[in-house]
Amino acid sequence: MKPAKLVMGALVSALLLNSASLWAAPEVNLYSARKEALIKPLLDKFTEKTGVKVNLVTGKADALLTRLKSEGKNTPADVFLTSDAGRLHRAEEANVLQAIQSKELNASVPASYRDPEGYWYGLSLRARPILYVKNKVSPETLSTYEALATPEFKGKICIRSSSNIYNQSLVASMIAVDGEADTETWANGLVGNMARPPKGGDRDQIKAAAAGQCVIAVANTYYFGKMLAGGDAAQKTAAEKLAVFWPNQKGRGTHVNISGAGVTAHAKNKDNAIKLIEFLASNDAQSWYAQVNYEYPVREGVKPSNVLAQWGSFKADNLNLSRLGDLNSKAVMVMDRAGWK
Amino acid sequence: MASSNSDLTQPLSPTTTLSSARLRPRITRSHLFVLFLLTTTSILALPVLTIASFIFEPASDVWHHLASTVLSDYVINSLLLLIGVAVGTLTMGITSAWLTAMYQFPGRRIVEWALLLPLAMPAYIIAYTYTGLLDFAGPLQTALREGFNWQYGDYWFPEVRSLIGAICMLSFVLYPYVYLLARASFLEQSVVTMDAARSLGAGPWKRFFRVALPMARPAIVAGTSLALMETLADYGTVQYFGISTFTTGIFRTWFGLGDQGAAAQLAAMLLGFVLLLILVERYSRRQAQYHQQSTGDSSHQRQPLSKLSGVIASILCTTPIILGFLIPFGLLTQWAMGETMDASFFSLVWNSLSLAFSAALLALTLAIILGYGQRLMPTRAVKTGVRVATLGYAVPGTVIAVGIVIPLAWIDNRIDQWATDMFDHSTGLIFSGSLFILLFAYLVRFLAVALGSVESGLQTIKPSMDDSARSLGFSPFQVLRKIHLPIIRPSLFTAVLLVFVDVLKELPATLILRPFNFNTLAVRAYELASDEQLASAAPAAITIVLTGLIPVILLSRSINRPNAGSSS
Repeated sequence: MKPAKLVMGALVSALLLNSASLWAAPEVNLYSARKEALIKPLLDKFTEKTGVKVNLVTGKADALLTRLKSEGKNTPADVFLTSDAGRLHRAEEANVLQAIQSKELNASVPASYRDPEGYWYGLSLRARPILYVKNKVSPETLSTYEALATPEFKGKICIRSSSNIYNQSLVASMIAVDGEADTETWANGLVGNMARPPKGGDRDQIKAAAAGQCVIAVANTYYFGKMLAGGDAAQKTAAEKLAVFWPNQKGRGTHVNISGAGVTAHAKNKDNAIKLIEFLASNDAQSWYAQVNYEYPVREGVKPSNVLAQWGSFKADNLNLSRLGDLNSKAVMVMDRAGWK
Repeated sequence: MASSNSDLTQPLSPTTTLSSARLRPRITRSHLFVLFLLTTTSILALPVLTIASFIFEPASDVWHHLASTVLSDYVINSLLLLIGVAVGTLTMGITSAWLTAMYQFPGRRIVEWALLLPLAMPAYIIAYTYTGLLDFAGPLQTALREGFNWQYGDYWFPEVRSLIGAICMLSFVLYPYVYLLARASFLEQSVVTMDAARSLGAGPWKRFFRVALPMARPAIVAGTSLALMETLADYGTVQYFGISTFTTGIFRTWFGLGDQGAAAQLAAMLLGFVLLLILVERYSRRQAQYHQQSTGDSSHQRQPLSKLSGVIASILCTTPIILGFLIPFGLLTQWAMGETMDASFFSLVWNSLSLAFSAALLALTLAIILGYGQRLMPTRAVKTGVRVATLGYAVPGTVIAVGIVIPLAWIDNRIDQWATDMFDHSTGLIFSGSLFILLFAYLVRFLAVALGSVESGLQTIKPSMDDSARSLGFSPFQVLRKIHLPIIRPSLFTAVLLVFVDVLKELPATLILRPFNFNTLAVRAYELASDEQLASAAPAAITIVLTGLIPVILLSRSINRPNAGSSS
């Protein structure tokens, strides 16, 4: 009898807990692949402004997606936020997101950075330009990502591992325009031009270039911005030796990716969920991305920070971002075959 | 003697000394016990089996792609890593355990517990700190270049972020497993045995290699296999160093190539490695059984060393502490300067501490039940069940987490469906997103640690002791409580300590399974470190280490009392 009592007890308390949420304060539950430090300050602002409490779990995008999928219609999550368009696309395909209609979002997020049906909306933009050591490389010798595979850059390039999503989506964007075969030839050339086997993160590539191990690094702008503006003197000195080159300006533009969010298919707090995404796309929040995190706002007319402004404006690749998700696995295979560690 | 030895292969059946009239109910009870053991192990094995079941997804092109490109790298690198870490942890662990257990030398009392300090250092954190120090762009090489006016390529310097580097990093933080278990075993070894060896003319080296080492072998093998399983599960270090191993391969295949089936096939190969390890271990142990004759009736005397030998011993025992703790801790402290800690820090510490402590106690309880259960009922089914239940230790945390989420969310949804049908009320998710699921994950991941320790403790107790106690009318439970547990107390403390520190450092499963708004120190440290904000990560990393210190010191005191409790 005892186990049965226990089960009943558990059920009753679960029922009580559940019904308690009926008259609880307004809230919204967020699964975020963005790390806490990069999202919490904005969530606090949202709560301050609207009185809606935000409950947060952060984690790796794919793991959160698995959690979302297996929790099914009982998932507590209302909003799914990731830092990569490919994952948003995967979430949409897994039927864990729902399309929402919001005039405000349609007005603030340009069409190229949101899903046409409203399954997800881009919130911030990162670019992956070429960085070069100022006194060792003349920017005239640089042109495109494709050109990095030519023999003149032999032993000069630092780039991180192909296990990283930033490189995966860069290569995916190249497969989309150059095709798989040409991209593989390119990847072979690039691997031959690497100054060292890939290791470390984006900042490490910049540091290695500054220290003289290579003269060209490929890295996301916000890492570079944080090194320039952060408190670490050694990192600042290192970063100051490099400058940004925007590749492919005469063609498709520099590779970009977004962080973005969508409302989950079984959201219990749908209104608050939409409110939260609208807030993240608002002027206030958008300038926070730029000022604090050195990302580019998706919303037009928001002033970028001084650090971003000094690199000038650039033409961004306008490839439909969901293509990055489609081509991601092809990109990994291409890099595997090219021996890109 | 001979008859009790032959009993080794037989279950210590409760019926041996009892009249046939009481046979029937006893058998039923032992059947129930076996059933209980098997149920427990099956529940614990559920996540690993869930992952393994993906193997039955049809083999995809991705698998052929892997086999023709990167698979050989995964196998070779993982093997080299295993061999390297085995050599590293054995050398450091056994040397320091033997010296501190047997000899008196300057600073012994301090190094005895200080040798445990690297345990609290997460492997990925030590990898970050050494890279920061020794990398091409780091302060040391920069100073060299500036001092001698060298350029890139003018000089040779060992590359930290290499396979050798990864072997060093992992050995620096994993040798305490070998040290702890080997030391506990050296201390549990009866003094009488050593005295006998000495009186027979065996010198210190001979006593070590011919007597102590073979007797400590179960403990050493247990410690090493823990270190190796942790090596196989490591993701942070190898990923940062750019080494392709099974773990990085699994992540890449699952998340980069989006192929769950091929990733699971890789995970299954990884489990194959582990099974091989376990089989080798079992086989090597099968040939001999070592039990101590008596316990704790004479006090443990350490032999004083000459001045020179004393200094050498001190150096040998301090080196691992310097490499695995002082250098990285010093760097972290330097990075943490100027970083601020807010009030939320206390809740992080509390969350980490309470979780780690509950998980450690639960793991200990389960380890005792399973370890003793195996001793009572050493049937093939029970043994296999226990082995499978501990496989989780070698599986990367993220993979385990996924293996937990899928079945438990399924159960949750079933219960919800049932409640909706019966009472017209939805229960929502009961287990998913609760602390319960987190504790379950820790048990799946770290039961092997506790069990390894408890088992190696139990193995030093002669089965004839069980028999005598039982013939005196003790119940199996009384034997455990009054005889085994007091004797193996050092091993029990070791088990609690290891699980505690492991949970404190645990990251990937915590990240995915935790409830809303719930953070731990490891989560905080990792999120910042992986975002390449090492300085901001330093306070949390330091706190993990400091928090880990408290139990390390408390428990090492208990370990210092050899054969504690045997007189009670």
